[in-house]
Amino acid sequence: MTGLSAPKPAAVWPLIASVAFAAAALTTLVLIENQKLLGLTLAGIAAICFAAARFGGVAATEAAASQNPWLLRGLITIAAMAVLYVLRDDNFGLLMVATVLIYATVCIGLTIQMGYTGLTNFAAAAFVGTGGYTAAMLGQKGGLPDPLVLIGGGLVAVFIGSLLILPVLRTRGHYAALTTLAFGVMFNVFLDANELLGGPQGLKIPGINLFGWDFSSDLQILGITFSFYVNYVILTGVLTALAMILAGLLDKSWIGVWLDVVRLDETAASVFGLRIGYWKILAFTLGNFLAGLMGAVYAKMTGFIAPSNFTFGDSLVMVSIVILGGIGNRWGVLPAALIVVLLPEKLQFIQEYRLLLYAILVIVILIMRPDGLVARRVRTLRMEARP
Amino acid sequence: MTEASTISLLESRGLTVRFGGLLALNELDIDVRHGEVLGLIGPNGSGKTTFLNVISGVYSASAGSIKLDGVDITTASAQNLSNHGLARTFQRSRLCLPLSVFDNIALGAQKRLDSGLWHNLVRRKSFAAETRAIAAEARELLYVFNPSLADKLFEPAISLGMIDRRRVEICRALIGKPKLVLLDEPSAGMTHDETDQVVDEILGIRKSLGGLTIIIVEHEMGLIERVTDRCVVLNYGKKICEGRFRDVAADPVVREAYLGQS
Ligand SMILES: Nc1ncnc2c1ncn2[C@@H]1O[C@H](COP(=O)(O)OP(=O)(O)O)[C@@H](O)[C@H]1O
Ligand SMILES: [Mg+2]
Repeated sequence: MTGLSAPKPAAVWPLIASVAFAAAALTTLVLIENQKLLGLTLAGIAAICFAAARFGGVAATEAAASQNPWLLRGLITIAAMAVLYVLRDDNFGLLMVATVLIYATVCIGLTIQMGYTGLTNFAAAAFVGTGGYTAAMLGQKGGLPDPLVLIGGGLVAVFIGSLLILPVLRTRGHYAALTTLAFGVMFNVFLDANELLGGPQGLKIPGINLFGWDFSSDLQILGITFSFYVNYVILTGVLTALAMILAGLLDKSWIGVWLDVVRLDETAASVFGLRIGYWKILAFTLGNFLAGLMGAVYAKMTGFIAPSNFTFGDSLVMVSIVILGGIGNRWGVLPAALIVVLLPEKLQFIQEYRLLLYAILVIVILIMRPDGLVARRVRTLRMEARP
Repeated sequence: MTEASTISLLESRGLTVRFGGLLALNELDIDVRHGEVLGLIGPNGSGKTTFLNVISGVYSASAGSIKLDGVDITTASAQNLSNHGLARTFQRSRLCLPLSVFDNIALGAQKRLDSGLWHNLVRRKSFAAETRAIAAEARELLYVFNPSLADKLFEPAISLGMIDRRRVEICRALIGKPKLVLLDEPSAGMTHDETDQVVDEILGIRKSLGGLTIIIVEHEMGLIERVTDRCVVLNYGKKICEGRFRDVAADPVVREAYLGQS
């Protein structure tokens, strides 16, 4: 029976080529200063991706990746080291890469909430902010080691989220979305008015120190000097990888199936015994933890946070990354976060029109690719069920 | 019929459901015996689907009581009812179309599966073993319906035709090994021949499972005649007749209810 037989072994070179291409594209985009060259490069990358999708390159890459997960992980590690080496003294570039990774990780959390479970969350930036301010307060008091400060950021975001969970569970669809939207706006008003949290001026925060590994000093490896921002890129990269693994395991498990059923049909879910509230709380908690955790890292990386970092507009940007990437596909958030974070930094003239640009970008991409840049695949537990 | 089969598996007494001013079910006393196939018939809007919805916990009763195997389930939630051994299909297909056939059927076995975080995320070997076991069961069930369907276990449900979707929905209900299965218009959206085929398959499966108790709602009278041991006729939420199909179909009150509608 075809349902039982193992899939054909796929060639690995498309996977190697794709990872190398992604690393080269990332590095080029970060390094380019000239705006015309940037436009050309973007068009070139888009053309190559389009051709790869058209002529089976993407499918071949996916097949190779799903059959050789350890090769994929190895290649990503090597590619990451190569990117770090090239960008080793480019502070601005490294900061941007770390920022992209922070956004991507928050959006993996949003993918669990929105993509898997169907919980619309328009307050992601507020949960990121909760993590950031938690890190600032815990850091001020001193004494608490940084690993605990970062985890504390995630936990406080989960706690704040739990205050919101009742209205989110009681309401459905647009109403649940409105609840989070209202919270996101209130969060900003609260920060602005709160003197203890620095009001509109914000707070300063010292950098990270993990078990004696001081993130504020440059790295010396094999006689090569790396800017101190490399520390943050490594940390955010590891966290992104962990979040990616978590989302992947969730997706390929009963839990992933149950979350999908809760999103698709609550009546069928409850008739077959799923505890809808429990699964929504789980997804909300996981997503908010990731947001809070990354907020704490962000605050410590930039050394300064203010209410204007965590506005409703930022929440919208995060939702648009999820939609742009292909809602429910965890890999899609990587290119989407890159585009959304990088473009306004590179194209200074559009800074003011940032939100307008995102809106146009989202609309254009959704017209051309209604399922986002990387459409979600139908889950198959075929590999797991193989005898 | 044997003596044991006269003991009720399901028992509703004075069961009433109101939607605002509308009496959808009006003091229904219905008994379903162990191992029988009960047909629930009646004109459109007579409350058949509402009856299935209220016993499966999708709606709650306004008055009256329901007992399943002697246990009062009147106020039980839909979630708990599946633990009591109740499974159903829906009049309008409720498969999760973007998911695979396997994922849809696994939902029916949900209460037997380990949904714990540790088991699902960390102990992947035992998760895979569980997946294999359910896949084998699902394949076996699908095979009884349609051998070629067993090969489509990992295809998305949306790629199936109407009749195969109906089969998958029935497999989803059966894989949980329920005591009582509720089928709401299994012929809906299918041609006459397809309906005949599915009915044969349901009867075949019932035989192989050894006397499953079924409540079947249908407007296709040929189907009802073939599969049911007994029928209950509803009109405006009231039971107007009950007995073997042949007797019920000859009853003047029933004829009037159907004629009055058209
Ligand atoms: N959720 C609901 N809200 C309001 N009225 C309903 C609802 N469900 C069913 N009804 C009404 O109850 C009556 C019985 O419906 P139903 O049980 O679907 O009939 P049948 O399945 O016998 O065709 C109809 O008049 C229908 O309009
Ligand atoms: Mg009906």
